[in-house]
Order: sequence, then C-alpha cells, then structure tokens
Amino acid sequence: MNTRSIHEPIIRMINIEKHFGSVIALAGVSVDVYPGECHCLLGDNGAGKSTFIKTMSGVHKPTAGEIIFEGKPMHFDDPRDAISAGIATVHQHLAMIPLMSVSRNFFMGNEPLKKIGPLKFFDHDLANQVTMEEMRRMGINLRGPDQAVGTLSGGERQTVAIARAVHFGAKVLILDEPTSALGVRQTANVLATIDKVRKQDIAVVFITHNVRHALAVGDRFTVLNRGQTLGTAQRGQITPEELQDMMAGGQELVALEDSLGGTI
Amino acid sequence: MSQTAQSQTVSDERVKEMSALRRALIRPELGGLVGTVAVFTFFLLFAFDSGMFSSQGVMNWSTVSAQFMIIAVGACLLMIAGEFDLSVGSMIGFSGMMIAILSVTLGWPVWLAIIVTFAMCIVIGALNGYIVIRTGLPSFIVTLAFLFILRGFTIYLPQTIERKTIISGVRDVAEGDWLAALFGGKILTGFFTWMGQAGLIETFERGTREGQPVVDGIPMLIVWAIILVIFGHILLTRTRFGNWIFASGGDAEAARNSGVPVSRVKILMFMFTAFCACVFATCQVMEFGSAGADRGLLKEFEAIIAVVIGGALLTGGYGSVIGAALGALIFGVVQQGLFFAGVESSLFRVFLGIILLFAVILNTYIRRLITGER
Repeated sequence: MNTRSIHEPIIRMINIEKHFGSVIALAGVSVDVYPGECHCLLGDNGAGKSTFIKTMSGVHKPTAGEIIFEGKPMHFDDPRDAISAGIATVHQHLAMIPLMSVSRNFFMGNEPLKKIGPLKFFDHDLANQVTMEEMRRMGINLRGPDQAVGTLSGGERQTVAIARAVHFGAKVLILDEPTSALGVRQTANVLATIDKVRKQDIAVVFITHNVRHALAVGDRFTVLNRGQTLGTAQRGQITPEELQDMMAGGQELVALEDSLGGTI
Repeated sequence: MSQTAQSQTVSDERVKEMSALRRALIRPELGGLVGTVAVFTFFLLFAFDSGMFSSQGVMNWSTVSAQFMIIAVGACLLMIAGEFDLSVGSMIGFSGMMIAILSVTLGWPVWLAIIVTFAMCIVIGALNGYIVIRTGLPSFIVTLAFLFILRGFTIYLPQTIERKTIISGVRDVAEGDWLAALFGGKILTGFFTWMGQAGLIETFERGTREGQPVVDGIPMLIVWAIILVIFGHILLTRTRFGNWIFASGGDAEAARNSGVPVSRVKILMFMFTAFCACVFATCQVMEFGSAGADRGLLKEFEAIIAVVIGGALLTGGYGSVIGAALGALIFGVVQQGLFFAGVESSLFRVFLGIILLFAVILNTYIRRLITGER
C-alpha cells in the first residue's frame, strides 16, 4: 500500500461534469486511479456511474472538467482512441459472442495475421495457442480453443473478456458491473481474476452496487450519489454499513433497514 | 486443435468429454453432407437407368446445382453476417435486362455492357446495405422493397424501349467478345473431345456432329460456382474479415465494442450478394442469348433454402459456405433427378417444403448444442 503512494496516478478525472440537455448527470466528480490498485466505484442505479465510466472510456465527452492520462491532458474523440491509449472496458453483457469459439472471440477485432504470398490469413494456430495459454493463466480449463463461448458460464465469460483486455495491453481496465448477474461461486472467480489483474500493475476500475463484492477486492472506494462524489475512502477506513448508507443517500435507508432487520 | 491434451491438468468434473458424434454434430456442414449422401444414394438406387448418370445427365444437374451455388454463396455470407437479401431474384432479372438493353438496343460493346451492369448491381447492393444500416430497419423489409422496385424496372424498361418483355440477339453481339466468353464459354473442350475419342464418354452417333462428345466442355457457370465457393469458404474461415462476418452476425453490439467495423462488413456483404446475382444473370443471358423480364423469379428464396439446408442459422452468426454449396447440390440433384425419374415435377415443391422444415428444426437443435442453451 505504501509503495502506491509514490506512484503517479495513471488517470485523473478532475471535476468532470456532464450535462445531457437540461439534465445534469455528473456535477463535478474527481477520481484518481493508480496502477495496480482496484478502485471501486459504488453507487445506486441512476447515480451516474455509467455516465462517468463512459466519459472515462471515450464514449461521452465531458461538458466540463479535465482528464489527465499518464500525466498528459487527454481528449478522446471516440472509444477507439481510448482503447488504443490503453483504456479497456469490459461490459456486463455485450462482450462475447456465444456462437463463436473462445479463440475467435478472444481475438475478435485484433486477429493475428500470417502472410502466405501476397495474401494475409487469420493465424488460427497462434490464436489457439495464445488463447489456451491465457485461459490457463486465469484458471479456466477449456475443452479446446474451438469450444464455443456459449458453453461457458457467465463468470468464465467475464474472465475471458478480462483476459482479452489484459492481453491486448490494457493499462486501465474498466469493469462495468461484472458480478451483478453471477452466482456466488462465479462471483468469487471473477473477484479472484480482478486480484490477478491488479498484481500485474494494471489499474482496475470496478463498478458495482454490491458493497460486499467491492470490499472483497477494493483498495479504495468512491461513492457516487446523484452525480456527485461523497469522497474517496481507503480500505480499512470505512465499514460496509457506512458505504451502504452513502450509496443510498443516508437517512431513508436507515429507516428502511430497521424495518427489514438490517439484512440489506 | 491438437493441443487440448496438455491443458487438461484439472478438469471440471461436470464437463463431460464430447463424444465424436456430438463433436461432428456441431459442424455446420453436417446436415448438408448427410443430405447429399442420402440424395445420391436414393437416385443411384431408383433412377440409375434413367440417364441421370450419363455424361449428359451429370452435366444437366451439375449446371442447375451450379446456378443455385452461385447465389447461395452470396446469400450464405450475408446471412452469417446477420442480414437477408430478398432482392436477389429481381436483381438477376434486372441485371440480365440491363446487359441486353445496353448491348443489343444501345449497341454498346458487350464487355462494356457487362462491366457497367456489374457496377450498377454492386451500387444497388451497397444502397440496400446502407439503408439497412442507417435506418436500423430489418433487411427483410428494405430488400423486399427492392424486390419490387427492381422487378418493376425490369418489366418497364424493355416494354417502353422495345415494346416487348424479352430482348434477344445477345448471342450474336456477344460473338467473339472476350468478357462474354468468361461467362458463356466452356473450358476443357479439348479434354472432352479426347475423352469422346477414347470412348470414355458418349459421342453423337449420327448427324453433323457425329463423333463429337455429347458434352463438349465444362460451362463457365460451373467454373464460377466452384471459384465462388472456394473464395467464400476461405474468406469466411481463414481470414480476419471472415471472423468479422461471424462477429457481425453473432452480436453486432459486442462486435462493435471490440472494434469490428460492423457497418462496413454488412454493406460489403450486401454488395457481394449483388455481385453473385449479377454473375448468375450474366451466365444465364450468355447461355440463352436473351434476357426476359421474368428471369430469376423466386431465386432469393431458393438461395436462402440452400443456405439453410447447408446449416446456417437464420438469425446469423453461424453457418458454412461448403454447407450452402452442398445445399445447392441437393437442390439441383433432386429437382433434376425427379425429372429424370419421371416424377410429377410439382412434387418437387412438396419435397422442398419438407426438407426446409427439417433443416430449420435440425439447425435450431444444433444451436442449442453449441451454446449450451436449454
């Protein structure tokens, strides 16, 4: 933890504002992300999490505020700019194509080529070999690289998507609610994957509304509520109950929680 | 695919080893392969003496199958990319008519007429694709509109210009044209003459062509079919673009997120389908020596049926060009085989409906096998 403080943040989002017409989705949000940390972005539905990460990944341009990436101000014109700079996003559902093989999915959009004469062909041997290797590193045993993604579980699909982003040189990995649709065991697998990725000095931005998932792997926690941050907390400085309260905006939930016997 | 062994250090006890049968079942070509074997077995047993397997008979059903193959390759790649083209049949009529009007009525050189027609067709294909991508409408509706628009022009133009719906005389103007020979000529004529002399194939026994083989070469139509099938298969399975075709049809949004230029892929596939339709039309015009306003009727459905028999999913993202070619072969062999066997030809449609239903049900089942859905 101490070594991290001497690092420079890889990406700094300073006072980001985003307006959609008359709606203020983000009203000045600042977040720093360091290499090798898992930064959890928490918030209830409609808190502005999605808008914030879409701004980070180049989908939206901020109305006001500054993005500093690797010490330089950045202006992403479209998501491809962000991807080539090293900011990769793994979406909850829209990441993998079930009918295609793991290997074809893994290299989708980045197919390795092999030249035969003047023509270039998809290098299936290399693709299969790399896919098997990367999957093994992430702890997934495939029947073969030609196994269809549709036969993998939800957690395994997330892991393939994460492994793919890492393999293609992601420096900042944005995970959009990777665990929200998963079972207990699969969630554990994805969290373990996040831990492996963090150890490779990649900055992970983990979006979730589940406090327990966040606390399981997070180094720092930023809570968004109604387009504003309520500050960033270090691991160990905050309790699950406090996080939960901040997400829901405090007061109302206390009353609710009493009536539910504190099970949320 | 050979390195599965070393990776299986710890295997999940719930993942059963796939049986060879199951493994074979998820190959898209399987249905087409089984169908081809079944169809040939059937006709060899019941129609062997009908002349279906004489050199002339073989050439007959090969030519018909090749016609289906040419349009099936385009329809197959487009369907895998997630779209349909219902304007294929009208495109065949339209492009044939354009070649005839440009070369016969306007007196252009045939090669120029062919090139301009191809360019026009490809532009119309691109327009089809552009409208589908831009509006987000189902390609079913957009190309249905073009089915009527193109057919309308195909009837209107010759009627206005020549007061008839068939323009003939293409053969005369195409005589000696270098590009026309690429579509209407025959290859290996020397080889067939030699086979006739050697007594390997039938020859005419009397008349002006006595001693010449009954089948005197392989028509360019068949050559085009083979070239397009090989090109389509390699493009789909062995290139980066092929991966993009699968991805665009499998899930366009996920493909876009991964940096696949989905719009470009789909528009190019619409253009390729139009190109295939134009190849079909040009071969047909050169063979008949004329263009008719009713040419190519229902061809779009025949192409789609061949593709579906070949194992492609109607929803896109899965299929095989080889499968589609086998589907076209089944189609051609059965259609001509029933004719040779003396069966009432209307029964062919009954057969077609039944086999289509079977193919779609089988494909849906196979899709569940692959994706593990229940």
